[in-house]
Amino acid sequence: MRVIRSLALAASLLAAGPALAAGSAPTPPDARFGFAGLFGTFDRGALQRGFQVYKEVCAACHAMRQLSYRNLLEIGLSEAQVREIAAQFQVTDGPNDEGQMFERPARLSDRFRRPFPNEQAARAANNGAYPPDLSVIVKARPDGANYIAALLTGYVDPPPGVEVMEGMHYNAWFPGHQIAMPNILNPDGVEYADGTPATVEQQARDVTTFLAWAAEPELEQRRRMGVQVLIFLAILGGLVYATKRKVWADVKH
Amino acid sequence: MAIGLHDSPFKNPVIRWVDQRLPVFTMMQKEYGTFPTPRNFNYFWNFGALAMINLLIMIATGVFLSMHYTAHTAYAFDSVERIMRDVNYGWLIRYVHMNGASMFFIVVYIHIWRGLYYGSYKAPRELLWMLGVVIFLLMMATAFMGYVLPWGQMSFWGATVITNLFSAIPLVGHDIVIWLWGGFSVDNPTLNRFFSLHYLLPFVIVGVVFLHVAALHITGSNNPLGIEPKGPQDTLPFHPYYTIKDSVGMVAYFAVFAFLVFFMPNYLGHPDNYIPANPLSTPAHIVPEWYFLPFYAILRAVPDKLGGVVLMFGSIAILFVLPWLDTSKVRSMRFRPIARIFLLLWTINFFVLMWVGAKPAEGHYVLIAQIATVIYFAYFLVVLPALGRLEKPLPLPESIARAVLGPNATLGGGPVPGAVAAKPMDKA
Repeated sequence: MRVIRSLALAASLLAAGPALAAGSAPTPPDARFGFAGLFGTFDRGALQRGFQVYKEVCAACHAMRQLSYRNLLEIGLSEAQVREIAAQFQVTDGPNDEGQMFERPARLSDRFRRPFPNEQAARAANNGAYPPDLSVIVKARPDGANYIAALLTGYVDPPPGVEVMEGMHYNAWFPGHQIAMPNILNPDGVEYADGTPATVEQQARDVTTFLAWAAEPELEQRRRMGVQVLIFLAILGGLVYATKRKVWADVKH
Repeated sequence: MAIGLHDSPFKNPVIRWVDQRLPVFTMMQKEYGTFPTPRNFNYFWNFGALAMINLLIMIATGVFLSMHYTAHTAYAFDSVERIMRDVNYGWLIRYVHMNGASMFFIVVYIHIWRGLYYGSYKAPRELLWMLGVVIFLLMMATAFMGYVLPWGQMSFWGATVITNLFSAIPLVGHDIVIWLWGGFSVDNPTLNRFFSLHYLLPFVIVGVVFLHVAALHITGSNNPLGIEPKGPQDTLPFHPYYTIKDSVGMVAYFAVFAFLVFFMPNYLGHPDNYIPANPLSTPAHIVPEWYFLPFYAILRAVPDKLGGVVLMFGSIAILFVLPWLDTSKVRSMRFRPIARIFLLLWTINFFVLMWVGAKPAEGHYVLIAQIATVIYFAYFLVVLPALGRLEKPLPLPESIARAVLGPNATLGGGPVPGAVAAKPMDKA
């Protein structure tokens, strides 16, 4: 019975979902990210600023469980800098020789510390909503980077007649428009070390760049290898085709 | 056959020693060296070889992925992310495997379509065709179970929807579903058995592919004219003519494959599968992978669940009896002016089914799916049986060589195909 009910639910959602999505979640505008094109790469400055936004703003609620502090070496930070960043966080280790768990500063090899020990704790602290893990969020949403950049800057007043539920916030780009996450980015909410003015748009762009890198840290290597492979195949293809012409030259077919 | 050493034609003492005791070199020479192959293949005849290469790529990448994958609901998603991040070139192996599944279906769909257009399913190649349909079914089962393994939202909900199809079986359906799941919902036992079967079935496919190729080498290949070779002037040795022609196709295939893997690896996937499976949260829109969409559309076109399931499986089962449904003696659609139009319409209709399968089952989409389903079946059940009697085919050429070399060529003279065919053997 439970199965049938869940299927019926699935079927009704299946029918309602796309209509909902089509009606109320318009396609986000193209934010023209440098990594978006076929040969695009990540802006190292944006990655480092984006990490700062994540660390100082998002990380209060959102985990990134797939990332370790050592991964930050890839966004252009030095090993000393990353060690220093990791050491700001206390992680649980153990058991020690006495059988006790203990706290120690994080090392390069540790995963990013999670803001909540489990989903229930996260929900309890967030009015029942679960802030999703951000490790692969850009791959987990259609047109992920543009969507997240739009979402973070998409907090507007609800149109007249729209009732926003208790504890929810109106967002122009969220499917259904009612999102539990408040408008969290404030002008100069972070202070960038490189002097970039920390407008809301700038913070949104930077943190989206960081999240895009976190979802696809292999992106630059992948595209570089892709170019090499296609050049190789183009040359090989020419040689093979020439050989084929030669082999078939004296045969009518 | 007399007992004793095989009379090997090879001169190299090591090869000769092996070949006398186990004539694998003789076999390879016969089946892939001098094997007489119609001289008029077009590039559609690449796709069998490409499917074989694709199968090997899937097995090779799959073996390495399984070394790092953890088949447990609590770890599967994270173990895939670990492959993507921490395993050396793990992202490459996984993206090749993931997009390799799509490439496999692209290649096999073209291969099947080639068979439909040139009548490769007709006598004497009925069993060859039926073995191909078995491979296609096994591929679908393997691909479906593989998609479940990363344990994302679409993995979980796709598995739930598809396994629930079996509940449509009268009386025992519900028990069968519980038996398939190994529990009362899609859960850890389901994931474990799917992983086991996902590893097993590709080797079953290898076995059926062997039979498919063995049957092919009994009847010989069909060709674009659909008439049998009548003698050596109609054929060329497989090597070097078709090894090199297949190589051209292979490089083109690798280029498409590489473009997908390196530049748009998630284009054919669904973003929801990067959300960890959550039995308490149903995705807004459950869709299977693109290659299942036409059959998913047929499933949903029928308002009755059992009826939908029967039609969906029927849409593939009907291919088994296709050799007997098509009553025309003429194989190639080149000589069937009316059937050709119907096949092209059927092909467009297949894409319509694919498109509508991705749409919600509501409103006019349901009607479109129903019309397209009727067209899908009508081609096999009405058009082909009737056209065999009603259609007047164009005159068939006398022979492949006559068609290729032109009406003025005297067989055995002119370019002397026999002499050309002998060349690679001179080299051997």
